[in-house]
Amino acid sequence: MTSANRVNDFTIKIATVNGTGSASANTLLMKSIFRSGVPVMGKNFFPSNIQGLPTWYEIRVSRDGHVARSGTVELMVALNPETYARDVRELAPGGYLLYDSTWPRPVLLSRADITAIGVPLAKLCNENFTGVRTRILMKNICYAGALAALLNLEVDRIRELLGETYGRKPQLLESNMRAITLGYEYTRAHFPCPLPLSVEPMDRTAGNIIIDGNTAAALGCVFAGATVAAWYPITPSTSLMDAFKSFCERLRVDPDTGVKRYAFIQAEDELAAIGMVLGAAWNGARAFTATSGPGISLMNEFLGLAYYAEVPAVVFDIQRVGPSTGMPTRTQQGDLLSCAYASHGDTRHVCLYPADPGECFQMAREAFDLAERLQTPVLVVSDLDIGMNDWMVREFHWDDAYRPDRGKMMTPEQIESLQKFHRYLDVDGDGIPWRTLPGVHPKSAYFTRGSGHNQFGGYTEDAAEYQQVLDRLMTKWQTAKQRVPCALLDGEGGEIGIVSIGSGDSAVREALVVLRAQGVTIDYLRVRAFPFGEEVQRFLAEHRLVFVAEQNRDAQLRSLLTLETPVEKAKLRSLLHYSGLPVSSRFIVEGVLAEVPGLAGAGCGSRGRSAAEEVAVTCARDAPPPGKATTPA
Amino acid sequence: MTYIAKPKVTHPSLPHNALGLTRRAYEGALSTLCAGCGHDSITAAIVEACWRLSLEPQNLVKLSGIGCSSKTTAYFVSGAHGFNAVHGRMPSIATGANAANRRLSYIGVSGDGDTLSIGLGQFCHAIRRNLDMLYIIENNGVYGLTKGQFSASADIGSRAKKGETNRQPPIDPVLLALDLGAPFVARSFSGDKRQLVPLIEAGLQHRGFALIDVLSPCVTFNDHEGSTKSYAYTREHYEPAVLADFVPREQPISVDYPAGEAREIALHDGSRILLRKIGADYDPTNRAAASAAVRAREASGEYLTGLIYVDATGRHPEFHQVNATPEEPLNSLPMEQLSPGSLGLRKILARYR
Repeated sequence: MTSANRVNDFTIKIATVNGTGSASANTLLMKSIFRSGVPVMGKNFFPSNIQGLPTWYEIRVSRDGHVARSGTVELMVALNPETYARDVRELAPGGYLLYDSTWPRPVLLSRADITAIGVPLAKLCNENFTGVRTRILMKNICYAGALAALLNLEVDRIRELLGETYGRKPQLLESNMRAITLGYEYTRAHFPCPLPLSVEPMDRTAGNIIIDGNTAAALGCVFAGATVAAWYPITPSTSLMDAFKSFCERLRVDPDTGVKRYAFIQAEDELAAIGMVLGAAWNGARAFTATSGPGISLMNEFLGLAYYAEVPAVVFDIQRVGPSTGMPTRTQQGDLLSCAYASHGDTRHVCLYPADPGECFQMAREAFDLAERLQTPVLVVSDLDIGMNDWMVREFHWDDAYRPDRGKMMTPEQIESLQKFHRYLDVDGDGIPWRTLPGVHPKSAYFTRGSGHNQFGGYTEDAAEYQQVLDRLMTKWQTAKQRVPCALLDGEGGEIGIVSIGSGDSAVREALVVLRAQGVTIDYLRVRAFPFGEEVQRFLAEHRLVFVAEQNRDAQLRSLLTLETPVEKAKLRSLLHYSGLPVSSRFIVEGVLAEVPGLAGAGCGSRGRSAAEEVAVTCARDAPPPGKATTPA
Repeated sequence: MTYIAKPKVTHPSLPHNALGLTRRAYEGALSTLCAGCGHDSITAAIVEACWRLSLEPQNLVKLSGIGCSSKTTAYFVSGAHGFNAVHGRMPSIATGANAANRRLSYIGVSGDGDTLSIGLGQFCHAIRRNLDMLYIIENNGVYGLTKGQFSASADIGSRAKKGETNRQPPIDPVLLALDLGAPFVARSFSGDKRQLVPLIEAGLQHRGFALIDVLSPCVTFNDHEGSTKSYAYTREHYEPAVLADFVPREQPISVDYPAGEAREIALHDGSRILLRKIGADYDPTNRAAASAAVRAREASGEYLTGLIYVDATGRHPEFHQVNATPEEPLNSLPMEQLSPGSLGLRKILARYR
């Protein structure tokens, strides 16, 4: 660690054992930094287990507002004997080690380049609390007190936060505060406080919230008017459904009658979950499911049916590490290809790629509108990092003028005026046919099938009739390109570009700032949807060399780009991160410099922009055409 | 014959139901099944039942999976929306559709392969949820579209067309449904319209999950010696008088028999399959007794038919009662009742600041 000013600029990593209450302490710490007005991020690296295995939590404090992992740890809280040795090794030179000095660890403290701070957490708690479970839980609250002293956190703010959590349980509030004070006082008495890396109040968090992507997506579903939610439990998507249920219980239950304005169905498996979503959406309800990689695999057959029979559906894929069961509690972007082309035959699906909880909220609504407008499944491809970690994002806003886009759904009057209704006729030339709901009008019936059908909805094995429908689906795909969220562009005119997707965004953006400070300017495009709009193709064409940063082994985004655009494969350079932990900005910086050694200091593509300069991120596409207000002929 | 448009000739003297509709209004596309297929008789029974019930065609939703049986939803009530799902997954489509709009009538048509093999899980869970639908299994013990493999309802000892003998015990959907708590469980025979039509009417009208397992012999793939459902075997054991009017590949089977009397059914079964009417001493409201009676008859190679069990208490809550959904369909709730708006959002986000 350099001796430069680390106030409001460092990473704390806390190593504990899962199931011991450390999550509460970590949230408490993070939130108290956030309330000091200092930008902060929290990432949880937890095991697929209920209790007893190693778990880590990273808190990054960043005065500049970077919310990616930095790639270094300046303060290690090493409380788990099992991982103690590696935790100490991971600490940056010049860093600080907080450990429980109840038991001496002389052998493991052999690093001369770090400062060790021993606080007898277990001893303090054993002397002040009774009961095994209470002592374990309080030991974890106690380290939060020690950190408060070391980092100069305001104790009153911690008390305020604990009050919000335990407002109705004064005894718990009191014991938690006692544990905080024990750690705080002991540390203040025995060590010089605060450390050079500490927290000084700022004013950089106003208008922001701390929220995880799954909660945000669930909230988006509530606001978009989703009424049918069907799912099968799978990590890391479960908290999305839990959040939807909990919001609905608060917001959609009639207090007098107990009537629920939603149906929440725990399915027997993912096949049934997606089937229920299709059945409900086909019948006019806004319906969705949430799952992860294994669930996407199981849903493939139904997704193909929905594509071909043109049934709307919204699926949230909270990606985790594959292949197979993989590592359920670790993050990856490993489903990019399996979502884009899910199912056999010529199928392709609209995918949205949120980069943070703010986009999860926004894209949830967009997904329902697009699914109904395009009459096709829309997959919101998130991941564990976005879905389950605590992100600082701009507070969400809702436009009360919003009305759901139900797409081309015929009214009884429209049906009445028809001679005959034909389900798959391209009346408007945009590839999107009109649909009807059961029970609305005697003339509106049609037969939905995954077997070969003609434009009138009838069964067919006729070559020309079959091809006509398949070609019309491609016309619809072209329409989709105009309607999906555009890719975001930061900088243009340079020779070198970088493309990223989803949760990799924050690491790339920070890396670009770091690189710019070294004289390397790179234009940046973040894709936010599949199919790719023409702006993606243009970006690839306009740059001599394009890095593709993504979090999987097989360069799936790169594959998609080469499959779906005419880009020369040779000019795409992959930066692949697939350890299961969220990518850090350091990984991107090192990857770029390693790939092009002459880049640093060469003034490559430099256009005189300073590192601190804020650059407006713009939509890289012209405004999409307004929704067609046509009526069926 | 799919290229032939089905003629819609309505003779002025045809009877009209309460809606002023003739039976023609409840028909669908021309069947593409083998001539004489039991499934076509079931289709006709559904047409008859819907006509008799005076159902508004657009208020019926037809659902099916994959297989010969699942094609038949195209052959009745062309004024109703239909959804031909993927193999074995019709119940999940039905669940979602029903969740979205509880006001419509849902009829699912499936086969023994679609229900008892690939779709066994979804079938069981639709029963557990007590989904308000009529679920008809067109049960012929054999895979037709893939040309004659045993299904999970094939009897032990039955021989396939290519010579293989089935050694695995069958799964009986009636016993399964009874075990899983279905409130309406019936078995019938495609050739017994007199029994089947009222069962379909009752099943459609019943609130909650109604199962009718309809024995529906396959004239094409169980037409060989050694099969317990073969045409040849059956002909040896039946009175010619019953068989006289039936020519397999041309017209469906039709058999009538008085209540309380068990007898062999012509054509599609040998001595091992008997259909027995439920007698006066049978209590179809006692689940345990119903289950025991079905097992007892099966042990002697007979099939008990009719309304085997019905929950007379009406206390078995169906899907919407369990989920406390509103009377108004979920698909038509206004946004104001669903979205908390910008003010609501500000309140919700307070705890995340």
